[in-house]
Amino acid sequence: MIINHPLLGPRDAQEFTYLGDAALIDRPDGLSFPDATAAQDAFHDYLYLRDNPAGEHRELWYHEQGDRSWLVVTRNTVTHEITKVELARDVARARGRSK
Amino acid sequence: MADHRLKPITPLGHDAPHSVTIGPVTITEVVDTALASLAARLGEAKAVADIAETAGIPLPPPGKAAKAATYAAFWLSPDMWMVEAPFATHEDIVSVLKPHFGEAASITEQTDAWARFDVTGADLPAMFERLCNFDLRAHGPGSATRTVIEHLGCYVVIRAEGHLSVIGPRSSAASVFHALETAARSAF
Repeated sequence: MIINHPLLGPRDAQEFTYLGDAALIDRPDGLSFPDATAAQDAFHDYLYLRDNPAGEHRELWYHEQGDRSWLVVTRNTVTHEITKVELARDVARARGRSK
Repeated sequence: MADHRLKPITPLGHDAPHSVTIGPVTITEVVDTALASLAARLGEAKAVADIAETAGIPLPPPGKAAKAATYAAFWLSPDMWMVEAPFATHEDIVSVLKPHFGEAASITEQTDAWARFDVTGADLPAMFERLCNFDLRAHGPGSATRTVIEHLGCYVVIRAEGHLSVIGPRSSAASVFHALETAARSAF
């Protein structure tokens, strides 16, 4: 499998490690909830609940044997076709998650 | 200060840089380069670019290496570069770079973390297609990348046609050298 790195071009998937669902970027802010139970529920869902789609899936990949950037890869879990690769930094910033 | 009678050795443990010629290629240990990583701090990318230009330090784009009069550099990751300078004049490279960049960048000495082997000769792609994923046929002089050689994360910097550097972890220098020798013997 080849991942088309947004900065470095096509790179072998062997150079990457896989983390999982890109929803991990949306870590809840524990202080934004009215009480501890609500925060705990939100963290439970964040930590343990995942969609398991047969089809398009957004996931986090780490270019460990390259420039060590985190990527958000949109991959079809049935065909392994990769339709989009973004820097996780840009995705997080677009959602107001990072500076 | 105590009078230490210490003898410097090369990454391969010799008194002088080791060199071997196999067919058309020569693999040579290079110890005359000081290294430091330079990372622009948050929001300081523009300031770092301006300072570097004034100081004569090239900051190449992703996947590239560049050379100026004193300094050379290759790209490591977003907003981060490895800066190379002559060891004779820049042994303490951080103290030379830090006054230029101040609080705009984080600078870490890397000189003794790495072992550099220069490989020169014709038909290097035939050797490196046995070693790593980096496609030398698709990349010309001025390209640089990190890749895996012998299970080790190494940088490959293409200096010129028929001349490249492999910069691998110094603690595994012998393994990197062995891999280069083996690939050269296999290819030629």
